[in-house]
Amino acid sequence: MFTRFFQDLRNYGIPVSLLEFLSFLTCLQKGLAEFEVDKFYFLAKTNFVKHEKYLDMFDQVFSKNFNGIEDLDLNLLVSEIDLPKQWLEKLAEKILSKEEMEEVRATGSFDKLMETLKQRLQEQKDRHQGGSKWIGTAGTSPFGAYGYNPEGIRIGQANSRHQKAIKVWDKRLFKNLDENSEIGSRSMKIALKRLRKWARDGVDEELDLDDTISTTARTGFLNIKTRPERQNSVKVLLFFDVGGSMDTYIAQVEELFSATRSAFKHLEYYYFHNCLYEGVWKNNLRRWEEKDNTVDVINKYNKDYKCIFVGDAAMSPYEIEMIGGANEHYNPESGRIWLERAKIQWPNHLWINPTPKEYWQYTQSTVMIQDIFDNRMVPLTLHGLEDGMKMLT
Amino acid sequence: MKFNGTNSYIATEDLKVAVNAAITLERPLLVKGEPGTGKTELAKQIASKLNLEILEWNIKSTTRAHQGLYEYDAVSRLRDSQLGDEKVKEIRNYIKKGTIWSAFASKNKVVLLIDEIDKADIEFPNDLLHELDKMQFHVYETGETISAKHRPIVIITSNNEKELPDAFLRRCFFHYIRFPDKETLSEIIKVHFPDIKKNLLQTALENFFNVREVPGLKKKPSTSEILDWIKLLLAEDISSEDLRQNPKNMLPKLHGALLKNEQDVQLFEKLAFLARNQ
Repeated sequence: MFTRFFQDLRNYGIPVSLLEFLSFLTCLQKGLAEFEVDKFYFLAKTNFVKHEKYLDMFDQVFSKNFNGIEDLDLNLLVSEIDLPKQWLEKLAEKILSKEEMEEVRATGSFDKLMETLKQRLQEQKDRHQGGSKWIGTAGTSPFGAYGYNPEGIRIGQANSRHQKAIKVWDKRLFKNLDENSEIGSRSMKIALKRLRKWARDGVDEELDLDDTISTTARTGFLNIKTRPERQNSVKVLLFFDVGGSMDTYIAQVEELFSATRSAFKHLEYYYFHNCLYEGVWKNNLRRWEEKDNTVDVINKYNKDYKCIFVGDAAMSPYEIEMIGGANEHYNPESGRIWLERAKIQWPNHLWINPTPKEYWQYTQSTVMIQDIFDNRMVPLTLHGLEDGMKMLT
Repeated sequence: MKFNGTNSYIATEDLKVAVNAAITLERPLLVKGEPGTGKTELAKQIASKLNLEILEWNIKSTTRAHQGLYEYDAVSRLRDSQLGDEKVKEIRNYIKKGTIWSAFASKNKVVLLIDEIDKADIEFPNDLLHELDKMQFHVYETGETISAKHRPIVIITSNNEKELPDAFLRRCFFHYIRFPDKETLSEIIKVHFPDIKKNLLQTALENFFNVREVPGLKKKPSTSEILDWIKLLLAEDISSEDLRQNPKNMLPKLHGALLKNEQDVQLFEKLAFLARNQ
């Protein structure tokens, strides 16, 4: 049942597994959907969607798969399809009044029940002729708008449904939560975790069992020793290439940035353009007014820092090799010299390149920088990050 | 066992379905949503509606998974051994039960609230995977296995500060509490303030949604804020006319309950200034 729906969810990039599917079927079996389309929809939603960014996509897939489910002619269904008896009785209970049910039960005949049910369904259908039965959805669905019968099979239900003029899933209420950029930030953090170096720093809060035992044994009375808690002491200095050819990778780099930010306690970052020269900046909006001297940065952050460059390393070779080769200003010293200086200052260095590795060999400058950095360049993929972290530790 | 909302908590249809699915299949329910939309309140309301005890475990950045299970107090044991206390022979005396243990050991079904799970370390949810799935865990110190007598109704809330691992999500039902629309919100307000005058409610809601729609707000006011605000309005006996008084003045009366951020208040003052100059 519903395997096509399940397949579609997967095809549209909602990460659902067999586990969720089975749990969904179990829910249905236990009667949680109560033969109501809305409840069915909510049930599917709570089962399959595990992050609000997928809600919109889910609504679309649902709409595609169950287009017209509410317009199914129950009359036809009842007469054409061999439905299980219990199901029909449940349905009848929903549609027929108590007295009618009693009456039918009294006769004890299943055929009688069916007949009454059919009759009632027919009446409902007639009653809905005319009136504003079809309400357009004003193009909210990419799969074409269709009608909706606000009462449908829900006759005889106590609470009113006035607020549901259009199907909930067609309203696409969650559209603005659908942001693909956040995906993967968790896995990046996991990759960055490799770069943890625990050190004890700060207030003595933790019991040092070994020391306590040994001092206790030595002094003859209980002598409790404490020590600071372990913390990640890795210091990271990031240089981001901005502007120009890097614009394509902004999303990826932002993700990396947000991942690193929460992973390290000591994190410093600077921006540069294409290649490292005598100036770097912290605020991209005020890059011309508030420039820091690269010399100061080199002197300020000692060898303990792990230095990571993030950039596509795609520029003209002159920008690396020549004095005055920079494309935005006149540089009195070549980019290569500055890169070498950074390399010497921070022995733990790495260049992360967001362009796919296969293309590196076709860009001369990329090959050159790879050379300067002794091949310590990795692509901005999970695998690349993991390799890079290995190089840094 | 079925949850249908309570007298003081308006649950939307989809929330009810999610909660009932979690209750029936005895799986955790993960609730996300804007701050102040009643995520934590939900667990409390489920407990009161179903007449169950509620156990709360509030997660902080320093919380470790095993703290929810149990903690072994080695220091007291060491001290007691010095004093020659009889207690020291039994290791059980030094094992402190955590919230999850209490929930598992409880004689009756309980509601277990794990509040703000995203505050903890990134590995935290993974460490609880097995415990929440099988509802059992092992105590290494005593060698016993604790399994739940009655699987508790587990409600987990998250503010989206960290992504949760897939394996963890797969084992939960998920519900995103959307910010309520006008009708739902007025219902919620009526539940809390049954005597509120119709036109005051109307004006207050209008004001509130206007505030929410201002672009660039750092913290949008949400359900809990409007409830506080209306309480204030009623306490100060402000009528709907007073509220409506000056359309050019963007800031509604007693806005302190709605805007909790200095920059937001400044933003409004700036907007009001611009409006006056027009």
